[in-house]
Amino acid sequence: MTMIDRRTFVALAGAVSATGVLGAPSIARAAGPKVVVVGGGPGGATAAKYLRRMDPTVEVTLIEANKEYFTCFMSNEVLAGDRTMDGIRVGYDGLRKTGITVVHDLVTAIDGEKKTVTTKGGQTFAYDRCIVAPGIDFVYDSVPGYSAEAVETAPHAWKAGPQTALLRKQLEAMPDGGTFVMVAPPNPFRCPPGPYERASLVAHYFKQHKPKSKVIILDPKDGFSKQKLFEQAWARFYGFGTSNSMIEWVPGAKGGKVSKIDVATLTADTEFDAIKAAVLNVIPGQKAGRIAFDAGLTEGNWAPVNKKTFESSKVPGIHVLGDAGDAAAMPKSGYSANSQAKVTAAAVVALLKGKEAPEPAYVNTCYSIAGKDHCFSVAGIYTYDKEKNAIAEVPGSGGLSPLDASDADRKREVAYAHSWFRNIVADSWG
Amino acid sequence: MTLSNLRLLLTACAAATAFGTAVPALADGPSGEMLASTCAGCHGTDGASLGPAAPTIAALSTDYFVLSMKDFQTGKRPSTVMGRIAKGYTDDQIKAMAVFFQSKPFVRTGQPVDAAKAKEGKALAKKFCESCHEDEGRIGEGVGVLAGQWLPYMEFSVADFRAGTREMEKRQAKKFEELAEAHGDAGFSAILHYYASVK
Repeated sequence: MTMIDRRTFVALAGAVSATGVLGAPSIARAAGPKVVVVGGGPGGATAAKYLRRMDPTVEVTLIEANKEYFTCFMSNEVLAGDRTMDGIRVGYDGLRKTGITVVHDLVTAIDGEKKTVTTKGGQTFAYDRCIVAPGIDFVYDSVPGYSAEAVETAPHAWKAGPQTALLRKQLEAMPDGGTFVMVAPPNPFRCPPGPYERASLVAHYFKQHKPKSKVIILDPKDGFSKQKLFEQAWARFYGFGTSNSMIEWVPGAKGGKVSKIDVATLTADTEFDAIKAAVLNVIPGQKAGRIAFDAGLTEGNWAPVNKKTFESSKVPGIHVLGDAGDAAAMPKSGYSANSQAKVTAAAVVALLKGKEAPEPAYVNTCYSIAGKDHCFSVAGIYTYDKEKNAIAEVPGSGGLSPLDASDADRKREVAYAHSWFRNIVADSWG
Repeated sequence: MTLSNLRLLLTACAAATAFGTAVPALADGPSGEMLASTCAGCHGTDGASLGPAAPTIAALSTDYFVLSMKDFQTGKRPSTVMGRIAKGYTDDQIKAMAVFFQSKPFVRTGQPVDAAKAKEGKALAKKFCESCHEDEGRIGEGVGVLAGQWLPYMEFSVADFRAGTREMEKRQAKKFEELAEAHGDAGFSAILHYYASVK
């Protein structure tokens, strides 16, 4: 640090108190504008945290039904037995320490005219601006035979938590020689490479503990995120492309679309086959979280927004970010939600003061671990296109890890993936 | 105002003064703070990484930050993901991020190291590294901050330097050669454990 003499020090300290940069929080809070954040996933948590960082006078209330949150990111490592449930568990004390009021309750209504949020527990919160980050809900009937009840037998495990623990338990209990059948979701969905990372890590577990077992992915699509990188890893680790492959991917064009599942017998019917699973993992189609629909924020399955501020195109004063929002070209990912939350927080702080929202910058970075010491990534750097109200990828930047990366680089990406996890968790939840 | 807040503020002021004329205006683009906030998911809030491998980028000198990003862009400096990311930014945007991160404190949370190696490395570092990595590697004028940096990241860097995939300055190359000759791989490892242990 540059040395500063006493006179400069005093002058600086004086300037600080005169401009009130670090003004007394208790006084400021009583008079500050109110922001209610609905949802405590990576999007909502980051928005709440960065609102307070950017303007400590803003009174932030975060409403989240659950007292602890399990991150979807790294939950596939839990399924593989390489990480415990505690390793993906986060709480809300970190946010409380920054002066955020955290309320554990279920939001049942948002009134955009009266500017209030109401909960199941009967509380009502007034807001000047509201941020909604409810994540996803499922379109269960995208897979005929699947339902909200069926998740207890054929877990989706696409919201981490008890579903993750259940699927792990089923994999552990499965006898060697069994088949893990995954029904992959149609686009668009949370975490585009996620199903294929899951298939990889389940195979990684089988290879060590149940080597006669198989993974079959029944996919309504004909392609998927990071496909060449996954197929390369599958060939290397799991015999993909041979008659003895541990992983089989059935694309839509080759009968991958499931016409019906029977949860009682764990059978998936496709155009050509009836496939009996020992463990059946159904990841159905997805849509914005329920409250986005109830609050009138959606068009189709997602919530349209102004891409500069993430303010809803349907209801003024409410911002929607993360998986529930329509933020193409950004993928629905934890990193996207974290990045969008900072753009939203900066916009909300400016708009509350009657100023114009600042120019956004957005990034997505996402790692997939596909085998021992083997990981690859995708990155995207985005700017705001005002003319089109679009999030546009900077030409010539971002993209995938190269197919010809060295073993050392694949291993380094595992270390960077684990760093990514630690840092994004701390950056989001404090 | 807490002492740490004051320290932060003074550091920020010092940085702003030092680069007062060099900070690009970025009149019609995102601010340095906005751009820098997108790095936190991998490098930690305000560039203070919690490890175990992604480096802390807070408190880097602006020269070193800018050089690193430019070399990532061209591929002169090898990387896994940073080359792809660095290509997304203009020179002015990189400078603005550099100024932001330079003003943030390097948080040293501590990490597991081999104490015997660290002890041996301290003496070796004095001989081979201290002339550029001053104050136990805390100062990084034009070079990386080594004190308390994450060990795997430093190991990756040294591996790249020694493999010849990352270019070294003449003086650094000479020191590396001398160290390799006198102490071999163990010498490098000892020094890195030492720097990782500096609080």
